[in-house]
Amino acid sequence: MRTFTSFLVIAALATTHAALAADVPAAGGYAAECGSCHVAYPARLLDQRQWGRVLGDLEHHYGVDATLDDDAALHAVARTLGVPAALTVSGKAALPRITTQPWFVDEHDEVGPATFRSSKVRSAANCSACHVGAEQGNFDEDAVRIPR
Amino acid sequence: MPKIVFLAATLAATLAPVAARSATPEELMRGYAQQARREAQSYSGPSASAGRRFFTTKHGDWSCSDCHTSNPGASGRHTVTGKAIAPLAPAANAERFRDPARVEKWFKRNCNDTVARACTAAEKADVLAYLISVRPGA
Repeated sequence: MRTFTSFLVIAALATTHAALAADVPAAGGYAAECGSCHVAYPARLLDQRQWGRVLGDLEHHYGVDATLDDDAALHAVARTLGVPAALTVSGKAALPRITTQPWFVDEHDEVGPATFRSSKVRSAANCSACHVGAEQGNFDEDAVRIPR
Repeated sequence: MPKIVFLAATLAATLAPVAARSATPEELMRGYAQQARREAQSYSGPSASAGRRFFTTKHGDWSCSDCHTSNPGASGRHTVTGKAIAPLAPAANAERFRDPARVEKWFKRNCNDTVARACTAAEKADVLAYLISVRPGA
């Protein structure tokens, strides 16, 4: 029985680890570098070209300075997001926003602007206010709890 | 059984973030104060009250306290994204001001955002003096 319990613990740990690895790029400092100010958004929420645009202008990152220490840190983040170096470019084009992607607008069409602006949410960028498993990459509708 | 414990520990260690800790907040404050003294001989040392003023004053659109609140012994909230920010005062959060490179990175980012320039060594020493003086729940 004790062995079986230990097996369950290990299986649970291994599953959590696998889920993290699959959904949230945790390696290369991405979680620490980017996840301090917002949820470490899973790579799948933007396409490679869009991520490249974001990484190409971290000095002007949606109104804040999100610069990394050096090129090595930038490359590590790009690698964990699956962005080829050639796509990490600066430019004048507006930064892409996850919250204006058609799939995002569609998925959140039943959530009113007042909910996004409420004191407990504040911003549509604050995924974990409602998606309680967002930090672990879980955006399942079943795991949504809108704070009232 | 020991083998299983070892396996579980290895998995747990894989999940744990790597923490670089090579300084204390007081050491970092003294380092900034020394730098300030090199820059200006008249420098009189870190001041917690000056640090508090700097921390809570709006320098343009923002103040440090907009995100970290006027009580850095408590949790704050990112003013743009709404994400919770762990307490900044070392007495409330032992993780703070332990890694010199991390401290410099955040001063660079946040001073650019808040003061629209790099902070001076004297300002950093003052802010550290203030944060070190804050007691949790105060």
